[in-house]
Amino acid sequence: MKLPRIAILAAVAVIALLAGCATKAPAYDYTAFQRAKPATLLVMPPVNESPDVKATPGVWAHATRPLAEAGYYVLPITLVDETFRQNGVHSANEAQDIPYTKLRNYFGADAAVYIRVKKYGTSYQLVTSETRVEVEARIVDLRSGALLWDGKAVATSAEQSQQQQGGLVGLLVAAVVKQVIGTATDAAFSYAGIANARLLASGRYNGVLPGPHSPAYGKPLGQ
Amino acid sequence: MSTAHWLRRVALTGCIAALSGCATKGPGPLYMWETFPRQQYDALLREGYSPEAQIRLLEAHAEKARGANAALPPGFRAHLGMLYLDTGNPDRARELWKAEKTAFPESAGYMELLLSKLDAPAKTAKSERAP
Repeated sequence: MKLPRIAILAAVAVIALLAGCATKAPAYDYTAFQRAKPATLLVMPPVNESPDVKATPGVWAHATRPLAEAGYYVLPITLVDETFRQNGVHSANEAQDIPYTKLRNYFGADAAVYIRVKKYGTSYQLVTSETRVEVEARIVDLRSGALLWDGKAVATSAEQSQQQQGGLVGLLVAAVVKQVIGTATDAAFSYAGIANARLLASGRYNGVLPGPHSPAYGKPLGQ
Repeated sequence: MSTAHWLRRVALTGCIAALSGCATKGPGPLYMWETFPRQQYDALLREGYSPEAQIRLLEAHAEKARGANAALPPGFRAHLGMLYLDTGNPDRARELWKAEKTAFPESAGYMELLLSKLDAPAKTAKSERAP
């Protein structure tokens, strides 16, 4: 049987579809997130589980951009850092242990973003080296204590090539990649930017929902 | 229905699914970021960092944004205000924290808190980072 050309095209398209989107996790339950409608986010100092002490500032500094571009107001992290210090809170662990009601009273944010850095840094093997950043995040409503969202992401120098990513994530990743090339002094910091964009940008499958400043705010999920 | 016809139908559906499934059209960024994340990182690290140099850099960034009619990111004015406070210019800090509040009314709660501390210097211990 001779297949029409369109059928071949279709087969290719379907394979591309399956390859591209196949291993999708079950859709995230956004009920709590959609009900809470947070507008302001307090990004807490990230807890660091890696041996690199720069992981906390590195990941923290990159968290604002994807969340702000997602449409949220993000409290200025350098001032939040200052406020914690002035109140005798000197570590990310201590900060993340503060009861949410206190955070709400003090900072007035709707929700807090709790990040854990699982991996951060470069490991050297005999021939190659790999720079890897792994992050996890939870968004918690500071009015009710309810979990609104959680997710994780990885960025590594071992990726064959930057995968084509559309939309905001692609844009953010491209911007960071440009910075990597510009300033190769602190590789893990650059990969932290990519990992954070993948973790916290909106428009990603099972990702953070768009906030009030986003043109996509309140629209049905286009999954 | 002929096989060819049927195949054509499946084919079209497949193409449409493939195209609409993964593609997301990308709007432009909401804010002009430049090196702002890097500046925040340097300030958090507190090593080899000069508030004066960063003020010059961020003021140039703000100028560029004005020229391009682009919005400055959340926290930009607040952070710049902190730098001015560190260099002994609380008046400029006050101005910028108020500007943050105007640009992002959602920041009012936290900005008011910072402003109240600024206006009650007797109680506030000097910032640790101040030179």
